[in-house]
Amino acid sequence: MGKYILKRIALAVLTLFLVCTLTFFLMNLVPGGPFMAEKAISAQAQAAMNEKYGLDKPLTEQYVNYMERLLHGDLGVSVKQRGRTVNQIIATKFPVSAKVGGISVLVALAVGIPLGSVAALKRGSWLDNLIMFFATCGIAVPSFVVCTLLMYFLSLQWGLLPTYGLSSWQNYIMPVMALAFYPTSYIARLMRSSMLDVLGQDYMRTARAKGLSQSKSLFKHALRNAILPVVTYLGPMLAYTLTGSFVVEKIFTIPGLGSEFIGSITGRDYPLIMGTTIFLAMLIIVMNVIVDIAYKVIDPRIKLK
Amino acid sequence: MSEPIKKNPLSLQLNVEDFLPADENEKQSLVIMRESVGFWKDGMRRLRKNAVAMISLCIIVLVMIFSFIVPSFYPYSYEQQIRGAENLSPMTYSEKEQAAMAAGEKVFPHVLGTDGLGRDYAIRVMMGSRISLTVGLVASALILLIGSLYGSIAGFFGGWVDLMMMRIVDIIYTVPDILIIILLATVLKYPLGNLAMQPGFGWISVVGVNMISIFIVFALLYWVGMARIVRGQVMSLKENEYVTAARALGASNGRIIKKHILTNCIGTLIVTTTLQIPSAIFTESFLSFLGIGVAKPMPSLGSLAADAIKGMRSFPYQLFAPAIVISIIILSFNLFGDGLRDAFDPKLKN
Repeated sequence: MGKYILKRIALAVLTLFLVCTLTFFLMNLVPGGPFMAEKAISAQAQAAMNEKYGLDKPLTEQYVNYMERLLHGDLGVSVKQRGRTVNQIIATKFPVSAKVGGISVLVALAVGIPLGSVAALKRGSWLDNLIMFFATCGIAVPSFVVCTLLMYFLSLQWGLLPTYGLSSWQNYIMPVMALAFYPTSYIARLMRSSMLDVLGQDYMRTARAKGLSQSKSLFKHALRNAILPVVTYLGPMLAYTLTGSFVVEKIFTIPGLGSEFIGSITGRDYPLIMGTTIFLAMLIIVMNVIVDIAYKVIDPRIKLK
Repeated sequence: MSEPIKKNPLSLQLNVEDFLPADENEKQSLVIMRESVGFWKDGMRRLRKNAVAMISLCIIVLVMIFSFIVPSFYPYSYEQQIRGAENLSPMTYSEKEQAAMAAGEKVFPHVLGTDGLGRDYAIRVMMGSRISLTVGLVASALILLIGSLYGSIAGFFGGWVDLMMMRIVDIIYTVPDILIIILLATVLKYPLGNLAMQPGFGWISVVGVNMISIFIVFALLYWVGMARIVRGQVMSLKENEYVTAARALGASNGRIIKKHILTNCIGTLIVTTTLQIPSAIFTESFLSFLGIGVAKPMPSLGSLAADAIKGMRSFPYQLFAPAIVISIIILSFNLFGDGLRDAFDPKLKN
């Protein structure tokens, strides 16, 4: 186990290094720079700004400098948001996104797993058809459609919920619904197919034959085995949901990391692009390792190597 | 002939009845009742029985007719601005048009109204779905081509080739795709813009540089999922006897991949490609929603929805039309893909 984790960490560092390098050079390949868009700035001022942020140096030197600071955990200073470091920006924006995202993931799990299991148990019935119909819709409808429809009906037409900000608990309802819609449907579908698979296994018949009650055989044997695909999906899903969806954050005006990320790319805020990308990549890698370990805990037959 | 003669078990005497000519009834059992069905026929038969998949197919065909054929003889064009007809509700006419109608002229109704610039909304939605469908189809074709080649090479050769190729896939998986799309769109802007000036490349500026970069990004990034699936298939297929047989007969690696392995995972390929179409449409609409999709005035379903949000309170139908169309397109492609999977590749169900 310990050896496995060490190996995964080594691989993660390598992947992270490659992602950093790739992003850094790709980003700098783009003609123009952070100060090109502002027309008011004179050529001299531009040069001065470039010098201040070290953008006038040769690319390889910039790269070495950046990597050196990165090793010390310093993600640099934002070029566009004067005086704020990337670490600060992530530290203030990530909790906002993570809170909304975390609730959404919990909702998706709490709704998706039971729905999928019920659909599998009542296979072919109207209940199964109904659940699968909604699950298919949930996968087909883009998030901006969900967001705008929710907003139109719940806030503008019926005036039930506030449209923007995160000042009270009511503000969370719509973003969480919009964010959880897709994962809930996906989990329900995954859960249904893996549950059907498990229910047909011999050990389920054995469990019933040796006199276990229906509920006990379901919770002890079926659920535990059927949940594995959901756990696999959970890793990347957690990473993406926690870092925030740009669409949801834009429509509901939530000051999260997702909108910061897109804003940094369009605004060419180089250090912020690098910082958010590294943060996201790291989160994905860490989540995947956690998922692999969780796998082992849920299903002791799995050997980690 | 009252009692059958009891035969000595050790006797070599033959049973005469076994040598009687067959009567009509017995002959019937040898007649082939049903034609033998091949892979395609069998799959098609199963597909035709699947009502949901067939309805989805009909909807897809209908949407294609509306987005590719109807616009060419529709009385309005997607960029034509009609003065005095801004923000009309569905099926209403501007004052000028009412005057023209009173004078006996025929005016084609604005089925979905008009937008803030006086452009007929129905044609814009149709053109938007044309863009979405084109993106979906072209991107999936690219993904199919690159993903199946890459995956089959990695799976077929195995060993360190596989290890290297799959590490590259892992890295591509980890870099956020939106970042690469936006960066590439900016990188490609100048070279593509210059190319558009050349004779014969004028279409680039119509479709928009961003659109081309979306295609390139799909080609560069989105094949990884396909590559993984194909690799898994190839790894199990290459252990089959017929591959050994082909090798024994002196077939080259390329021939084995092309003729034997890829043809045997064709079911998986079709299904994965079909399911890729909605996901490509999904991504395109998302990008257009962010404002980095198609070039104006060309509409896309995503950009139509994004524009409509500002006027959501007063003109909700401008939001509903593209939202419903895109959901229907993605939904029917998904359901059709599921049907294809059940018909051609039942093993893939999990």
